Amino acid sequence: MADLVISPARGQSQAVRLLLRWSLYAALGFFVVIYLMPLFVMVTTSLKSLEEIRTGDLVALPREVTFDAWLTAWSGACTGIKCEGVQPYFWNSVLIAVPGVAISTLIGAINGYVVAQWRFRGANIIFALMLFGCFIPFQVVLLPMARVLGIMGIAGTIQGLIFVHVVYGLGFTTLFFRNYYVTIPVELTKAAKVDGAGFFRIFWSIFLPLSLPIIVVTVIWQFTQIWNDFLFGVSFSQAGTQPVTVALNNIVNSTTGVKEYNVDMAAAIIAAFPTLLVYVVAGKYFIRGLTAGSVKG
Amino acid sequence: MAPILEIQNLYKNYGSLEILKDINVSIDSGDFLVLVGPSGCGKSTLLNCIAGLEPISGGKLSIGGQDMTNVSPKDRNIAMVFQSYALYPTMSVAKNITFGMKVRGVDQSTQEAKLAQVAQQLQIEPLLGRRPGQLSGGQRQRVAMGRALVRDPKLFLFDEPLSNLDAKLRVEMRTEIKALHQNLAASMVYVTHDQIEAMTLATKIVVMKGGEIQQIGTSAEIYNRPANLFVADFMGSPAMNLIPAKARSNDDGTYIEILRKDGEPIVLTDQVNRDLPSDVIHGVKHKTLDRRAASPLHRVTCSSR
Repeated sequence: MADLVISPARGQSQAVRLLLRWSLYAALGFFVVIYLMPLFVMVTTSLKSLEEIRTGDLVALPREVTFDAWLTAWSGACTGIKCEGVQPYFWNSVLIAVPGVAISTLIGAINGYVVAQWRFRGANIIFALMLFGCFIPFQVVLLPMARVLGIMGIAGTIQGLIFVHVVYGLGFTTLFFRNYYVTIPVELTKAAKVDGAGFFRIFWSIFLPLSLPIIVVTVIWQFTQIWNDFLFGVSFSQAGTQPVTVALNNIVNSTTGVKEYNVDMAAAIIAAFPTLLVYVVAGKYFIRGLTAGSVKG
Repeated sequence: MAPILEIQNLYKNYGSLEILKDINVSIDSGDFLVLVGPSGCGKSTLLNCIAGLEPISGGKLSIGGQDMTNVSPKDRNIAMVFQSYALYPTMSVAKNITFGMKVRGVDQSTQEAKLAQVAQQLQIEPLLGRRPGQLSGGQRQRVAMGRALVRDPKLFLFDEPLSNLDAKLRVEMRTEIKALHQNLAASMVYVTHDQIEAMTLATKIVVMKGGEIQQIGTSAEIYNRPANLFVADFMGSPAMNLIPAKARSNDDGTYIEILRKDGEPIVLTDQVNRDLPSDVIHGVKHKTLDRRAASPLHRVTCSSR
């Protein structure tokens, strides 16, 4: 029916449709260019020599590709008085992010499991308070946290930074897991109880194996948060324990003489690379996991 | 012999809200007890109390002669089948059935023997390697039953196990549960809101409403001699017709007068002099009406409840 009505105007409408389609592509292409331009400039600049940067065009491709800047950024650039590149700080970030992500994810999973499946008096209030923790700005917790770290004797250490990130991340990880676990029927827990399984047995054998999508979401979220964090990193670290974001800042800001843009760019890409990698590897699970709660398994 | 399940003066409150009030039930070994009532009557809560999944607020509960009031579910020697089947989604059917034994530390060979026996009994051998997600509703139901059977419990608990199945399958599974009950001589407690299920399965029915027991009895007792108006109205399909009427008695017998808006009152007589209040509700079951009679009213039997 609809076809019949349209058919006289078909030739024209096809042309219009083609035009619309192409303008859509043009618009998308435009935004892609805008979005990728900084990355393009960063990559090309990092591959140029200083000489070429000074004389050449910002958006031009390098005439001569050189990885010197990358080598310098990795192991030779100066952060203040030391000149060992971002390498040691990169590993600091790994040492902070990996345990930080693992611990906050695991505790978040247990919290979510308790709040969603072992309803106790006040469970909702506790959950609401944890949720509130998500909205406390970083700056507010700086001073109290510094005091707590001092009392615990882990101020300025890697452990201290792990602790800070775990505490700050718990609100989010708990929220993620709680929202995932409330969609699982309580009868499952009841059946396992009748079968004789206890609190942790039910968690390990039944809930954790179900949780892959939400674990991926939580890991991506936490990893990005912890890896990209600057404020906690700069506030609670000392020489030798700074994360890569702080080192990057120091490299860019503590130049003597000529500003080495190529080194700065290479260092920035190195610092951003792990989060990029995590998204590429696990990105499709991220979207799937975010919507997983709405579908019954 | 001690009753297999004995509940004495059981109360259950959530805060100040009374969910169950003064429940007293006991069943003997081999009984099939059905808890029936409209939704929200507390029947599922009562089942959860029996299972130990909900703590009780007052009273006493014993299973197989042992006091189980404060015993955790795993030590009550029970098995339970849930409405949503509650199969563990990431485990195969075989693992689902053996999970309880694994938790209790039963040795591997016993586990396998029992699994094989139950799988054969329920004809689910081809499904053992599958995940619950790959099963149909009826198959999941069987697996859930297998998980209960493998335990050899003193008491089976069923929480509306058939309400998620289509009508045809529901009748089939009903027959199967009945057969299982007879073959195993098992004791069962079964919750349903479907009174046909209750009538066909039970050796003993508990009709509940608003957290209180309305009547306990066999299917025939509940059907033929309902204890109160609620039971009379709730049980039986089609429901009993309940007609307000006036009663009076003299030496000749009892007269029930059904007043009509547009006509003479219909008067029913009974030879026996029954002591009735003047305002009564006259109940008529459809099966007591005889269509062949010229005037059905002459065939109505007078039940003086």
